[in-house]
Amino acid sequence: MSRIFVAGLGAVSPAGWNVAALREALQQGEPLPVQTLARPGWERPLPVRLVPNPPMRPEFLTHPRLRRTSPITHYVVATALEATAGLRANANPGLRLGLVVCLQSGCVNYSCRFYEETLKDPATASPLLFPETVYAAPASHLAAVLGNISLASSLVGDPATFLQGLSLGAQWLEENRVDACLVIGAEETNWILADALWHLERPAILTAGAGALCLCRNSEWSAGVELAAITDAHTYSTRNRRTPAARAMREQLGAPASGRPVASRQNRKIAGRMPALPELLCDGIGNSPHADAAELSAWRDWTGPRLSPKRILGEGLMAAAAWQCVAACDAVAGEQFTAANVSLVGSNQQAIGARFVRAEARISHLSVGKAQGNIRS
Amino acid sequence: MLFPTTSSPQSPPRVVITGAGIITALGLGWKPNAAGFRAGRTAFRPVSLFDVGRQRAKSAAEVDLPAALPPTRLNAKQIARLDRAAAMLLLATHEAWRQSGWQPAENLPLVLGTTAGGMSFGEAYFRQAVQTPHEHRHQSTRAVHYQPQVQARTILEAFDSTGPITIVSNACASGSNAIGHAWELIRYGQAERALAGGYDALTELVFSGFDALQALSTTVCRPFDARRDGLALGEGAAVIALETLENAQRRDAVILGELVGYGASIDQHHLTQPHPQGDTTLAVMKQACATAGVTPDEIDYLNAHGTGTVLNDSSEAVAIGHWAGPRAATLPVSSTKANIGHLLGAAGAVEAVICLMTLREQWLPPETMFETPDPACHFPIVHKPRDARVNVVLSNSFGFGGVNASLIFWRWS
Repeated sequence: MSRIFVAGLGAVSPAGWNVAALREALQQGEPLPVQTLARPGWERPLPVRLVPNPPMRPEFLTHPRLRRTSPITHYVVATALEATAGLRANANPGLRLGLVVCLQSGCVNYSCRFYEETLKDPATASPLLFPETVYAAPASHLAAVLGNISLASSLVGDPATFLQGLSLGAQWLEENRVDACLVIGAEETNWILADALWHLERPAILTAGAGALCLCRNSEWSAGVELAAITDAHTYSTRNRRTPAARAMREQLGAPASGRPVASRQNRKIAGRMPALPELLCDGIGNSPHADAAELSAWRDWTGPRLSPKRILGEGLMAAAAWQCVAACDAVAGEQFTAANVSLVGSNQQAIGARFVRAEARISHLSVGKAQGNIRS
Repeated sequence: MLFPTTSSPQSPPRVVITGAGIITALGLGWKPNAAGFRAGRTAFRPVSLFDVGRQRAKSAAEVDLPAALPPTRLNAKQIARLDRAAAMLLLATHEAWRQSGWQPAENLPLVLGTTAGGMSFGEAYFRQAVQTPHEHRHQSTRAVHYQPQVQARTILEAFDSTGPITIVSNACASGSNAIGHAWELIRYGQAERALAGGYDALTELVFSGFDALQALSTTVCRPFDARRDGLALGEGAAVIALETLENAQRRDAVILGELVGYGASIDQHHLTQPHPQGDTTLAVMKQACATAGVTPDEIDYLNAHGTGTVLNDSSEAVAIGHWAGPRAATLPVSSTKANIGHLLGAAGAVEAVICLMTLREQWLPPETMFETPDPACHFPIVHKPRDARVNVVLSNSFGFGGVNASLIFWRWS
């Protein structure tokens, strides 16, 4: 078995267009302002947290492949460029990069626009929109922008699928099919998606963006974080509902309830130089009592530090899952924790957990958070 | 654990197929499909599922679903929530499951490819959401059952099983990628068996999309024909039961074939157009041959992606020519999309089952509407029904977005 390191992180969120903005919002600990989206034919607007416009037009938007793309592709490209910045500066030009893009709703903007045009008159529905409706479109555009993607796949599922994406990336690295692998979770906002969320989880506030982890096997490229574990996929069924599945995930992850690592030889080994530091729980708790119940139950014994990005950012579906992992890795790289546990209790498929631990940082491109103001101890 | 995994076996196990289910417009199940493909029948007819009065193309290969689904563990409420795509998936899985002789399991991986999943629910949601006055009835159910992972969960429950679900959505390569992914799970010791396949139903949005791109034929779908003018759409599902050879032999299971090679990569040329020289197609065929340990000389039949569009077929033809070299002159090639249309996320899986049919029954599926060879094709197109000695077959699948995949199957004897 190979060791898998995190070489870089990327994030686009309602907090802004990089990991630093995400970190700052989480440090502030205050829920971000809510905007509204108009819903056709209904006076009451839908609450959302929109991704702000970037301070200046990103240079990558001049790439010809991105001319007609929808926001989800912009988010994917921006996070990918941020997560691979160090690699692109340090690695050789022949680097074989893998790409796994995880989505729950995917390219919903153009799907809605194209179907609306179809219903009005299919004879005039735009051929420019249709190709952008497929789940694989963001991965395709990113491959064209980066130019060195040798293997790519788009996975669809509930938010816990992001950790399946990480395990697929780790597998490709272990099989030596790629030298590094980007794993990205992304979503975009649209009134119909906010409408669906209103039907399913009324207190939740839809948001969008993307998060990226760049994995590598070469310790020289490590940004100070190592992937230690991803649990099994605890799939929901009539016999294994969300709560028992979440509990099984938590049990398999085996994080100490106090957040204080047990001082075993193995823990000292994986925790590196600072075994006395606590462990962090980065969970998916938001503002929906119904949706949060299973995860709250699974982690009811946890008394250690806890970070709940959804409380601040909103319900970003697959992007939110990616932000949890980005925030966890960022916190570990910030040298305040020996490890961070990520809990992903998906909406309708599975519960999966992951654990990231400290590793020696070899490249310094990753700016890391030194304070985690919103972490509740 | 998904990571770290147990150490990969030093020598990957051989992976065989012990069950196969197929649903296309030619019929429900192996037998009617084998008869149809062997004879080269085509299954196109005027679209009846939605209004195509304002579209350029008017026909597609629609599946006739049975009045009732086969008995499974699903209750009436669960069955009522299956849309057309999920019903086809259930039928294909039922056939594969029965044939495999598998028992219900707690940890059975299900890997599926799809482009649209429960799109019919999504369309219905949209149509209702834009109506005034607002009507919320059934919208929650549609929002949930639109999602392919929910459909996949239902399928596992139908067979009293559970396990990790992976939904691959690499456009029209999804079905092949799903099978390849399941093959890798078994080869690298993460599972002893897995169900894999693909499914997609005809939907108004997708039909309109291909029509808007003017990619649909307004005459006859004729892959690799010099007069080809586009693809035809179809719908369907296929599922195969994969397991280690050791497992299959221990159970004394009937083996339909062996999956020996898989290649996958991404073409960065364009979102919807392949590289004119088929560079990525060439690369994945080479990869699949390398993992299988075979050369083009040993391939007895190539099931092409062959959509019938000008750009796809010329690119694939160039790649096949480069890859096969002198063997191209005698390598039988055909595209079964001429018979049942392009099944999008189901295409790779359905074509994998057709490959198993050729290996089991020793015939080649003809494109009976093929007339005039494209000069770029330096290989013979199978256009008349014929028996043949078939021991090794290769299947190509390519998708919007550029993901390419090739699978290689061996005859089991």
